[in-house]
Amino acid sequence: MTTFTPTLRDRLTRYAAREGFGLFALIFLVIFIVLPILTVLLWGFAIRWRFPAVIPTEWGFDFWQETLSRADLRRAFPNSIVLSISVTLLSMVICLPASYAFARMNFRGKQFFLLSFLFTNAFPRLGLYVAIAIIFFRLGLVGTFAGVVIVQLLNTLLLMIWIPTAAFQGVERSLEEAALDVGASRLRVFMQITLPLVFPAVFAAVLLTFVNTFYETYGALLIGAPNVLTIPVIMFPLINNQPIPQYGAILSLVLFAPSVLLLLFANRLLRGGYLTAGFGV
Amino acid sequence: MSTLSLKQLRKQFGDVTAVHEINLEVGDGEFLCILGPSGCGKSTALRMIAGFEEPTSGDILIDGQSVVSMAANNRPTAMVFQKYTLWPHMKVYDNIAFGLKLRGLARAEIDRKVNEALELVGLPDYGKRMPNQLSGGEQQRIALARALVLEPKILLLDEPFSNLDALLRVRLREELRRIQRRVKITAIFVTHDQEEALSLADRIAVMSKGRVEQLDIPSRIYDQPATLFVADFIGVMNLIPAQQNGATIDLGALRLESPARGSGSVTVAIRPEDIAIVGETDVDTWGGEVEQIIDLGHYRKLLVKVPSVGTVKVYAPKALDLRENQHIGLNPSRFTIFRDGAAPIEVKREVLAPLEMSLAV
Repeated sequence: MTTFTPTLRDRLTRYAAREGFGLFALIFLVIFIVLPILTVLLWGFAIRWRFPAVIPTEWGFDFWQETLSRADLRRAFPNSIVLSISVTLLSMVICLPASYAFARMNFRGKQFFLLSFLFTNAFPRLGLYVAIAIIFFRLGLVGTFAGVVIVQLLNTLLLMIWIPTAAFQGVERSLEEAALDVGASRLRVFMQITLPLVFPAVFAAVLLTFVNTFYETYGALLIGAPNVLTIPVIMFPLINNQPIPQYGAILSLVLFAPSVLLLLFANRLLRGGYLTAGFGV
Repeated sequence: MSTLSLKQLRKQFGDVTAVHEINLEVGDGEFLCILGPSGCGKSTALRMIAGFEEPTSGDILIDGQSVVSMAANNRPTAMVFQKYTLWPHMKVYDNIAFGLKLRGLARAEIDRKVNEALELVGLPDYGKRMPNQLSGGEQQRIALARALVLEPKILLLDEPFSNLDALLRVRLREELRRIQRRVKITAIFVTHDQEEALSLADRIAVMSKGRVEQLDIPSRIYDQPATLFVADFIGVMNLIPAQQNGATIDLGALRLESPARGSGSVTVAIRPEDIAIVGETDVDTWGGEVEQIIDLGHYRKLLVKVPSVGTVKVYAPKALDLRENQHIGLNPSRFTIFRDGAAPIEVKREVLAPLEMSLAV
């Protein structure tokens, strides 16, 4: 028996063949995701950054103070948080039972209703909001908290129904029947078998819904302004009127914070093996 | 220690009748197999017993008491499913303990029972594992432990081994039989695998198209099929269409005597092992040409082309020196005549001494 010793070139060729796509993906990731985020991060702490310089020439928190001391932003931040939490909770209450029904029950027009969520999302957003704004104006909902909640809720329906529906459908009926068989009530089967199994997918849907709602701009702008202002709504004129990159950067970082916290929290759950356990069969 | 009886049990899904009026009595400690092709209604019947399907009409009695109005979670039955049986987010221990906890047993009691159940299925020390760390066979054993730990009156098994490989399937069914005898539980086992049914069951109910075709002990199911369906479904069978004239049926060169007179078309069923291979020139035999020889290890299966009869399946001992295209004689010693698919008439014939040694050509 002779042992085959690969030369360095052999190894490199094989490495490139094996990891070729991975390398490509990494470069892509750096150029389109990491670099922009890094630039925003740098701008947030830059006082002076002119063209030939690769990194800012003068650093400081001056713009942070200037931005965060704005009264409109201070009012908007709790607005944004309370709105996002309310919309997400309301969406859960409405969509989760609905998606269970879509997954487990047969009723007339099931396919039509499922597809209808797609239709409203395919329709141009702005046109839809203008139409809604006219209706809301008559109902006296324009400029109210409730009005913004309803508009943003509409946005969440597709995600919060489609993802959990797929998750509920993914739970084998025999798993539920087995629990029923050993004496569990329907409610207990749902709480202890079905819910833990769909938890990863439902959790992901809730997370995305919260983040999406937090960033939602058009609906909040058209229905909420000028009484109910969220951070993205305030960002719009701020960035448009004064071409100071620091404002945009700092606000982006402020908006980024809650979703990063949420994602870290999700990641901890993931590492706890709780999420992955739900997928193993 | 319980009996089960199904009375005129019927299930209809829309226009489709999955189960026609079934009557079945299962004795205490009996192991009954419901055998049939897929879609014959066997699983539906089992699911009605478990309470997962509501019967359209009829009654289910356990120990003489009707359980039809009882919800699945109150019935004294326990089921082992075909696949996706264990809850993937719970440890093996918690899977087995789930039903015990619902019954509010003390922790020490639960502990003892779970360990006993694990011991019973031969997997002690498996309690801490997650289901996805177990092989398919181990998962089904745990599922069996989970069903048995509640001491149900009736154990229901819905093709529990059909997703496992052949060798493991045989081992597990032997083990299942041993456990069932030991705990003396009444068991209903649904399968489409006739070998499984023949080797496991005290009695077999053969089902087809929602009806029980035959309910009998395994040997009689094989030897004395009650209907043409059973004759065809169980084991290997030669089914030869023929015409009866009075007391005789002409099958190629062979004239068979039937004890029941009549005329019209009949089907003659002959097991391959009931056909003796004789010399070609013998009188009162089929002359045929060996089309194909299939080696099955300890014996060989021959496909023999017989003029105006068709291709006949025959078994030959390995000692017999045979070639393809060789001409041989066949002599059936036992056959069953079916008229309209049922009402079998069994006939035995005197047969010339079969060839044991190599044929002189």
